[in-house]
Amino acid sequence: MIRLGLALLAAAFLAAAPAAAQTVLTIGVRSEAASLDPHWTQLSADLQVQEHIFEHLVDLDPASQPVPGLAVSWQPLDATTWEFRLRPGVTWHDGAPFTADDVIFSFDRLAAGIAGAPASPAFTLAKGGKRWVKIDDLTVHVLTNGPYPTVAEDLAMVPIVAAHVARGVTPSVDFNSGKAAVGTGPFMFEEFSPGNRISVVRNPNWWGGDPGWDRVVFRPVGQDAARLAALLNGDVDIIDYPPTVDLPQLEANPDFRVSTIPSDRLIYVILGNKSREPFVTDNAGNVLFPSPLRDWRVRKAMSLAIDRNAIRDRIMGGASEPTRNIVPPGFFGYVDDLQPDAFNPDEARRLLAAAGYPDGFRVTFQGPNDRYINDARIVETIAQMWTRVGIRTEVDTMPRNIFFSELIRGGPETFPGFDMPKFSVALTGWGTVAGEATYTVSGILETYNAATGGGNGNFGRYSNVLIDALSIRAKQTIDRTERLALLQQATRLGMEDYAFIPIHFQVNKWAMKASLEHTPRTNERTLAWEVRRVR
Amino acid sequence: MLEFILRRVAQAVLVLFVMTLLVFFGVHVIGNPVYIFASSECTRECLNDIIANLGLDRPIWEQYWLFLGNLLQGDLGRSFTHGVPAMSLIWQRFPATLELATAALVLALAAGLPLGLYAGLRPDSPVSKAIMGFSMLGFSVPIFWIGLILILTFSVRLGWLPAIGRGQLVEVLGVRVSFLTLDGLRHLAMPSFTLSLIMMSMVIRLTRAGMREVLHTDYIRFARANGIRESRVIGVHAMKNILIPVVTVLGMEFASVIAFAVVTESIFSWPGVGKMLIDAIAVLDRPLIVAYLIFVVVMFVTLNLLVDILYSVLDPRVRVGGRTR
Repeated sequence: MIRLGLALLAAAFLAAAPAAAQTVLTIGVRSEAASLDPHWTQLSADLQVQEHIFEHLVDLDPASQPVPGLAVSWQPLDATTWEFRLRPGVTWHDGAPFTADDVIFSFDRLAAGIAGAPASPAFTLAKGGKRWVKIDDLTVHVLTNGPYPTVAEDLAMVPIVAAHVARGVTPSVDFNSGKAAVGTGPFMFEEFSPGNRISVVRNPNWWGGDPGWDRVVFRPVGQDAARLAALLNGDVDIIDYPPTVDLPQLEANPDFRVSTIPSDRLIYVILGNKSREPFVTDNAGNVLFPSPLRDWRVRKAMSLAIDRNAIRDRIMGGASEPTRNIVPPGFFGYVDDLQPDAFNPDEARRLLAAAGYPDGFRVTFQGPNDRYINDARIVETIAQMWTRVGIRTEVDTMPRNIFFSELIRGGPETFPGFDMPKFSVALTGWGTVAGEATYTVSGILETYNAATGGGNGNFGRYSNVLIDALSIRAKQTIDRTERLALLQQATRLGMEDYAFIPIHFQVNKWAMKASLEHTPRTNERTLAWEVRRVR
Repeated sequence: MLEFILRRVAQAVLVLFVMTLLVFFGVHVIGNPVYIFASSECTRECLNDIIANLGLDRPIWEQYWLFLGNLLQGDLGRSFTHGVPAMSLIWQRFPATLELATAALVLALAAGLPLGLYAGLRPDSPVSKAIMGFSMLGFSVPIFWIGLILILTFSVRLGWLPAIGRGQLVEVLGVRVSFLTLDGLRHLAMPSFTLSLIMMSMVIRLTRAGMREVLHTDYIRFARANGIRESRVIGVHAMKNILIPVVTVLGMEFASVIAFAVVTESIFSWPGVGKMLIDAIAVLDRPLIVAYLIFVVVMFVTLNLLVDILYSVLDPRVRVGGRTR
């Protein structure tokens, strides 16, 4: 009996020995991935885990600029045809070779619609009227309806799944079970235990070489304080979104390291452009006509009244970059000389008086309280700053599930095909996913147009024909220099006219053990192969 | 007894029906999940596709009708975010919550009963006063705060216990449980203690009050006069009567602990149903929210029934059909 016990013990040790030599990275993440089907949602918590398993034709580097992924090169053959050359010698996790058939299958799967999927990337694929043909096993042509410059950026959002595995499977279900979770990426599916952990193991045949870790474990820890505690006591090696109040202590602690990069997420205040705005009243509470927000001087005064540096230092723990741009530095379309408005309450009061509101007026300022970093506190702070220059501001913050419904189509004039936002003044955010400004200009500066998708995020319903012309031309200009000029001019016009009030770009932070080093990403994802051991 | 159970089940079906109405329409008032899922670059056409895909393009009455039809066939729909049947998600995560709640219940009884007995037998001793003070704290200090303080003390400062998640799992009769491994117990310790605090305080107070009352009754005096050992008088005769209110209250409390262990589960990242509910509400995953709430109603009704049955075992006077009086 004792001998048997010893034998078992020895066997246990033998089994454990190789495991001890393994390198494991445990990542504490704020939001949990719910599906491993890369065509299921656009939630970044999902995409982040999926990107370890599945890849795209075009990858995004840490600054969100397109770089070769499963395609080694791409170029326009003429105004409406793009040629993608696929990477030779790539294999799926089950050993089958990757070919153009897989690309065609993935695109077809999306175009056919994924039953029950809340938000597949099909719309990105459909932009510009894309069609696709296989030329040979390693060449795919993508055709567009007219000149369309951002084919590569769009395809960086479209994951490629294996034709021989994913054909006929139940969306989401079969991916979560691991059956269809066969990709070409640096890691292979191991375990998906909802709420507890998702683990992936190294793909020894990855074309990119050694991803640096034998196993990667994602553990969801929604509570900020608990996530930090898990890092402090060593349950996890690295966490995303460390709580901003604790950043100074973490940065001073030699046992830990913090990585930092400005994100692509612009936080801004939308201003309603209707002649009567329900939440803009005189000091007696009567709705003002015409709405003061239509006056350029009033909009500028509201921007000058905001002390963006104080928000950065006292609210964001330093994790924000005040701005007057719509994309962060380094992105295609950034305008160097647009500097954030300096805090100038006296000038703000003067502008208000010049616009005919020497005694100010009243607004209600709405915002989400669980979507962006410190969103509710930013709303409260700006409200106080406005009140100080004479615009008496009431604050109304709400959970994101209510906020976004009302922001997008909550107004009484809404009818199918025409969405009217409910709010007059609201804090919201816009992420530029593809590293370039074409769809940011189109989304937040162009006039709202349900048919073309222009002004999708233009919730103040700002409208300027000059910007529209520039934006529509930019969307059809393949030449990069020419397009850059159009985008920068549109941005400049919009910012000088105060189409909305930009506040800052959020700054992404990660906290990790001092023995690790991390290349931070603009797009907020935590990717295991970008974390390295320094010792 | 059978008639009693049947009547209860009929009531339960009615409650369930009213609940489906309330929950279904209530969830639809909150906000539109489409705007949570859709990318900001999504055009009107793309939004309409999503709406149709999620089945939200039909009038709400029709949606409810479909939902009821599926419910009768035992199908509660698929989660929007996970894409898998809502009930399968609930069953997948329910064992974790049940384990946590049971551990909390065991802790509450194991610590609460002796402490309450002591306080009841020696009401004036300083130890009893300390016990009662502790139970007061257990009621009034927010769970959230306790949880964080425990994490700070035992996992960050002392490094004894892990701060997050569930430990190593062992499969027992097809259910994966963690309380049989040392790692599992270490993970279970802080969350179960946090969750048990309110129940424990309640047990202490109920036991103490019951003991104080029962000690002066005639049958205890007779028992003592009969020369029965004091330990048997307290442990059997008094205990039986004290347990009745304790069982009633704990039965109800246990159901709410399971249903709303949300706070504890989110502090300790415990992969149970409470945390799932919070995540589901944040993204307006309607099928999952509705399925979970219906599941909770069924659970409450069942537990109530069990409490009633257990009651009649403990106290012959409530036994239905037993005309003892």
